[in-house]
Amino acid sequence: MNKELDIASQERSSELINSSGLELFANLVSELSTSTKTNEKIQSLVNYFAIAPDADKVWVIAIFSGRRPRRAVNSRLMREWCTEMVNIPEWLFNECYHTVGDLSETLALLLPDEKNENQKTQSLAYYLEKFIAIEKEDENIKKKFIVDSWQQMNKSERFVFNKFITGSFRIGVSQKTIVNALAKVVELSPSVIAHRISGNWDPVSTTFQELLSESVSLSDFSKPYPFYLAYAIDDDIENLGEINEWQAEWKWDGIRGQIIKRNNELFVWSRGEELMTDKFPEYFILKDLLPDGVVLDGEIIPAEDGKPLPFAVLQTRIGRKNIGKKQLQEAPISFFAYDLLEYNYEDWREKSLTDRRKKLEEIILPIENNAIQIPEIIHCNTWNELAELRKKSREMNSEGIMLKRKNSVYKVGRKRGDWWKWKIDPLTIDCVMVYAQKGSGRRSNLYTDYTFAVKDGDKLVTFTKAYSGLTDKEFAQIDNFVKRNSIEKFGPVRTVKPELVFEIAFEGIAASNRHKSGVALRFPRMNRWRKDKTAEDINTMDDLREMLKMYGK
Amino acid sequence: MPQLISFTDKGLFCEAGNFYVDPWKPVERAVVTHGHSDHARFGNKYYLCHRFTRPILQLRLGDNNYQTTEWNETINMNGVKVSFHPAGHVIGSAQIRVEYNNEVWVVSGDYKTEDDGISGKFEPVKCNAFITESTFGLPIYKWKPQQEIYDDIITWINKNKENGKTSILITYSLGKAQRVLQAIKETTQTIFAHGAIYNMQQTLIDAGFDLKPVVRITPETPKEILKETVVIAPPGAEGTSWMKKFHPYSIGVCSGWMQVRGNARRRNVDAGFALSDHADWNSLLQTVKATGAERVFVTHGFQSAFSRYLNEENIAEAAEVKTQFGDEDEETDSPLEIKPVERADHE
Repeated sequence: MNKELDIASQERSSELINSSGLELFANLVSELSTSTKTNEKIQSLVNYFAIAPDADKVWVIAIFSGRRPRRAVNSRLMREWCTEMVNIPEWLFNECYHTVGDLSETLALLLPDEKNENQKTQSLAYYLEKFIAIEKEDENIKKKFIVDSWQQMNKSERFVFNKFITGSFRIGVSQKTIVNALAKVVELSPSVIAHRISGNWDPVSTTFQELLSESVSLSDFSKPYPFYLAYAIDDDIENLGEINEWQAEWKWDGIRGQIIKRNNELFVWSRGEELMTDKFPEYFILKDLLPDGVVLDGEIIPAEDGKPLPFAVLQTRIGRKNIGKKQLQEAPISFFAYDLLEYNYEDWREKSLTDRRKKLEEIILPIENNAIQIPEIIHCNTWNELAELRKKSREMNSEGIMLKRKNSVYKVGRKRGDWWKWKIDPLTIDCVMVYAQKGSGRRSNLYTDYTFAVKDGDKLVTFTKAYSGLTDKEFAQIDNFVKRNSIEKFGPVRTVKPELVFEIAFEGIAASNRHKSGVALRFPRMNRWRKDKTAEDINTMDDLREMLKMYGK
Repeated sequence: MPQLISFTDKGLFCEAGNFYVDPWKPVERAVVTHGHSDHARFGNKYYLCHRFTRPILQLRLGDNNYQTTEWNETINMNGVKVSFHPAGHVIGSAQIRVEYNNEVWVVSGDYKTEDDGISGKFEPVKCNAFITESTFGLPIYKWKPQQEIYDDIITWINKNKENGKTSILITYSLGKAQRVLQAIKETTQTIFAHGAIYNMQQTLIDAGFDLKPVVRITPETPKEILKETVVIAPPGAEGTSWMKKFHPYSIGVCSGWMQVRGNARRRNVDAGFALSDHADWNSLLQTVKATGAERVFVTHGFQSAFSRYLNEENIAEAAEVKTQFGDEDEETDSPLEIKPVERADHE
């Protein structure tokens, strides 16, 4: 019996050796998407890194850390070529797309199956570099490459191939999981790996050895540190122990960022590890004001004369490629620096928060420029006193309070114990669901994306969408309701009998002329399904306007 | 004159013959295509079904006034000729041919065209009007040949054994369970089953079908003998405490819905096998063409897309029909629904 198994597994591994790089990767993706346990995922990645070609490994790291080639072909063309090959009308393609909820998968499922067994697919690196090569070519060349490639691939290969083109490759693996798998493969600590794969490197010109070698990280001055993230406090605040062991700060509502000054250059990174230096001209002056070899952790915040403005102000300029005078005037920003990760080219993360804060004050306080400030520490003698103060968060344009243990080091990723966020309760409003649309990914073919309305006299006015906050079971029940109570179908959207009432929670409200209701909510989600309420009991447009007046500014 | 079969709030009604096909509300006379609970319901005074379906109805609905028939046998109901033809969906599943005044209608019930060796070989029936299901009526649904899927299942079972895990296969008790059991009967000597699966399998064996017997899992079944075995369970058992006994295990779901990754991910299962007892897109189209029907009524599934396509491509004059066989969601193998019949009995 054992002998048989041995032979079976030998056969399998020799099969793997004959597999192309793309096939290995496609297998990895399907393994990752079906395994539900992190350890299994890490093991799949470790196995993959053990057999994949080096160039492919570099690309996998690049892709899962958010570096992908620019879109070589737009998705409209891919849809056209596919419908042409399959010979179906466009509306039918769209029906399929809305049912599958994922363009790449829809294409992979629709394309004809006949794969020529003699044609082997290539390595992952081959396709990705080819995407870069054809980016500027004309449509016919692109079409030939894509269609020929499709014809050589099986369904799972097509799926990953399409995913590379259309972007948004989310398959249930966090960067942390990749880092942990790599740490096992190359026998380095996860934080060293996380640091090395961050920053500005090009998968085309970087080898696997270079990427994970010491010398590279020395010469890359832009490289940020992985962020330390806090959990929301879920226990009684008193259980944190003595208040004097903790440093309390306001929790600011902006974009978490790192400012790096090394080698007389300035770099601004977002938490998503996006290099955003050019988006914030306000910070350019810091190149002259900060000492060399310094890394600051803090919040990119809209602020006027050192006073924070609502986050909505920042949103008007985030998405823009070019920041003009108008944005600079209307949405001025500042950096609220609250931690020091590197000083004089030396990693300070292992020092205590108290030591880091002291040095941070020494650096920032003398600067006296609106571009940067060091937010004050909140001094309280009792937890009660702090709880009272927390109630004023919204007036301060803060989301609540951050608690950091004074003797704590700066960790990697989201960790419990030393940093806690103690947020204020969200704003809420009761409203009725009026439209529903099918979701994507694991919610494909399920109505999970809803639009909500409040009352305005005897009319209903839509004011927000929300997709999250319910359990799978609740989504299934609502899906069932939608299918039974839809009134009309507009493409993928169904209008639904206004019957189901939800409490929507959100973090902020701002005036908006893009929305019919005139308001835009920040982070709306479904807090509760109010089965105890009918559409008669929901809030009104006047209630929303009142909230806008109180919290909108 | 009303059309031969009309669509009423009780079900598909043949007025001339005074009977319903698969009614969803209690009626005097019901002609039943097959034994799934959305087609064969409680409360009818009289049931006409294929001989093979009778033991299934007896198991699920208890004692009733059942009359049975053979394939292609003509039964006269008020001067309307009714006959049953294999639908290939599950054991005993039939398409119902209805003929009156030289007009022929066929109600497909649920069907699949690939011969699974158990459920009877599907035959298209020439007709003027065809009432077809459309559970998988989108071109994204293209099934692999069943043998390939069986091979995948067997490979998966062997891999689980290597890793010291029990393989739990989730299947519907009527249809998929019989197919899967036939396919894997050589891989392992004893196959264990949940009570719902056992009951159905045993009922069919008692009725004379040559099927693989399964061992029922009871509270007394010792945990040790289940190690690294294969367990067949209905969807209702998934995620319940009944599963604890098999730890460590891997769950594989056999359902056409597994064709789309999102469905498999949503169910948090370890493996999805797109094995279906329904016709896929191409089979639906071929069947409609093979019946030669001028008029096609499309029921449960993707009825709007499928009927629109039939109309636009001039394959037939098609219309959507609302039935309670489910509305793109609650087919017998819907991604979410857990049918009460299939519910895990926590025994």
